Amino acid sequence: MSEPLLSNQKPRVKLNTSKRRHRRYYWAYLFITPQFILFVGLTIFPIVMSYVYSFYQWSGIGPLENFIKWENYKELFHDTKFWHDFLHSLEYMVGQTVIVMPLALIMAILFNESKIKGKTFYRTLYFLPVVTSTAIIGIVMANIFGNKDALVNNLLQTFHIIKHPIHWLDNPTLAMTVMIIVGSWKFFGIVMIYWLAGLQSISADIYEAAKIDGANFFSTLWYITLPILKPISAVILLLTVVNGLHVFDLVKTLTDGGPYFSTETIDLFIYNYAFASDGIPRMGYASSAGILFGIFVFLLSIGIGWLIKKAGQDEKVKGKS
Amino acid sequence: MMGSRQRKIILHTILLILGAIWIYPFIWMVSSSLKSNIEFFGSGLNLIPKIFHWENYARAWETAQFSKYFFNSVVITVATVVIVTVVCALTGYALGRVSFPGRKLAMVLITATMFIPKGYTIIPLFEIVRHLGLMNHLSGVILAESAGAHVLYILLFTSYFSTIPGELEDAASIDGCGFFQTFRKVMLPLATPVIATTAIMQFIWSWNDFLVPLVFTLNRPELRTLAVGMYSFIGEYQTDYTGMAAGATIALVPIMLVFIFMQRYFIEGIAGAVKQ
Repeated sequence: MSEPLLSNQKPRVKLNTSKRRHRRYYWAYLFITPQFILFVGLTIFPIVMSYVYSFYQWSGIGPLENFIKWENYKELFHDTKFWHDFLHSLEYMVGQTVIVMPLALIMAILFNESKIKGKTFYRTLYFLPVVTSTAIIGIVMANIFGNKDALVNNLLQTFHIIKHPIHWLDNPTLAMTVMIIVGSWKFFGIVMIYWLAGLQSISADIYEAAKIDGANFFSTLWYITLPILKPISAVILLLTVVNGLHVFDLVKTLTDGGPYFSTETIDLFIYNYAFASDGIPRMGYASSAGILFGIFVFLLSIGIGWLIKKAGQDEKVKGKS
Repeated sequence: MMGSRQRKIILHTILLILGAIWIYPFIWMVSSSLKSNIEFFGSGLNLIPKIFHWENYARAWETAQFSKYFFNSVVITVATVVIVTVVCALTGYALGRVSFPGRKLAMVLITATMFIPKGYTIIPLFEIVRHLGLMNHLSGVILAESAGAHVLYILLFTSYFSTIPGELEDAASIDGCGFFQTFRKVMLPLATPVIATTAIMQFIWSWNDFLVPLVFTLNRPELRTLAVGMYSFIGEYQTDYTGMAAGATIALVPIMLVFIFMQRYFIEGIAGAVKQ
């Protein structure tokens, strides 16, 4: 970020540079002011307050008076529903990660290696679910799976895979499975683009050299492509994991946590306490759940971040040898 | 080994069949939106309805108020896109071209918000908007939608502006352009690709967002966006399946079209997220 070079200009101009530089500073401050206001008011302040609220008993109406120290957290630790929902979030995240990461990589390799016509067309096709509203997908899918006479049961019966319609969303295991499949379908395109970005950073020379050495498709993949992708795969893992842990739109519209709360995730747990509880909203309790889960996600991210760093260092060592 | 031609044909066949299955839910949705409610269940896998029931759209648009939801979605999305793009371009320009005191600190702060653990920030956001007295107005939703540190956009603008050679700025200043004029007339036009990426990503994000409009319009049906309107529609007209399909089509087709025409910029932005 260097200043424009003025050193080769005449001394008279140089005398003015300090004044000119200061004027540039004022402009720069002016330019970042709108961002600064939004940043302090709508980012920093809410983050700080999300911690503050978690120490109060507060319905969201009236002043913040009832400071109860760690009570919300203590209650949370004994709240079995919280821990069940915590597990549901983990279950969903693991399911989605395990499905999406490898399949999206296979697809990305297919797109990257083959010189087929219509690449953009296919990419658009497989990416399309990503740009659609998750909430609306949830509603459409609830109809596709939920009705006993709708699409999925119709299909399976036509091909004689099942005899009687299955109540997909009335069974806890099936409902979670449907949610994972729909979520994976929706998120797949993004991860495919992530992998493609990684693959395109590998220079064609390396492949050329491998070809000359007589390496076939699979040994090239195993010994060249995958090791090079290691650092970026850790980044993709991080993004996929964090995405999977914060599922709200889909669960709210597809199952609303049902049946019997068996698909309720932490984000829905918090929402229900803050905005949709039948009695008085418990903003403080909801906030403490948000903080606890936020810290969990943070620690997990640090763990993955450590993996990223390690993968990067391995590469450097290999590069030197 | 197979011939490369044969391999290509097989590959195309696989990609096409998989692709058809992949987007089948959307095809089903559009097809259902033109069926009658009886046909919706009775017609099995037949995709093309006997008679096109366009009245499903009329019902969704007028009776179920999708016209209003559509208008709200457009206003909220466009306003948010303009605010976010302008603010991020200004910030990126200052960070990318001027090494003012505090610049490093600003960069650290902005990136730090991506990593520090946060709680459920929508509750305080809700409180701020309430205190500003914007609860009964679309501007409240717009403000809440514009929140966030927009780290990716800022970094994209910063790195783009920092690569433009300084000679260009000198030339502009010799031509009598001040700081702002140089930005407005010389630099901003050069940054069109980044502007496009930011605008399209924010457009898709705002159009599809659910939690913010849901929370902010809980007691104000007249401010609902398409996603929230669709959700309340399901609650009110549970058995109107074809109306549901028509509403979903109204909500999804515009965003798909925007994506198809602007996809290069959107995909570059997504790829930028891993590269940063």
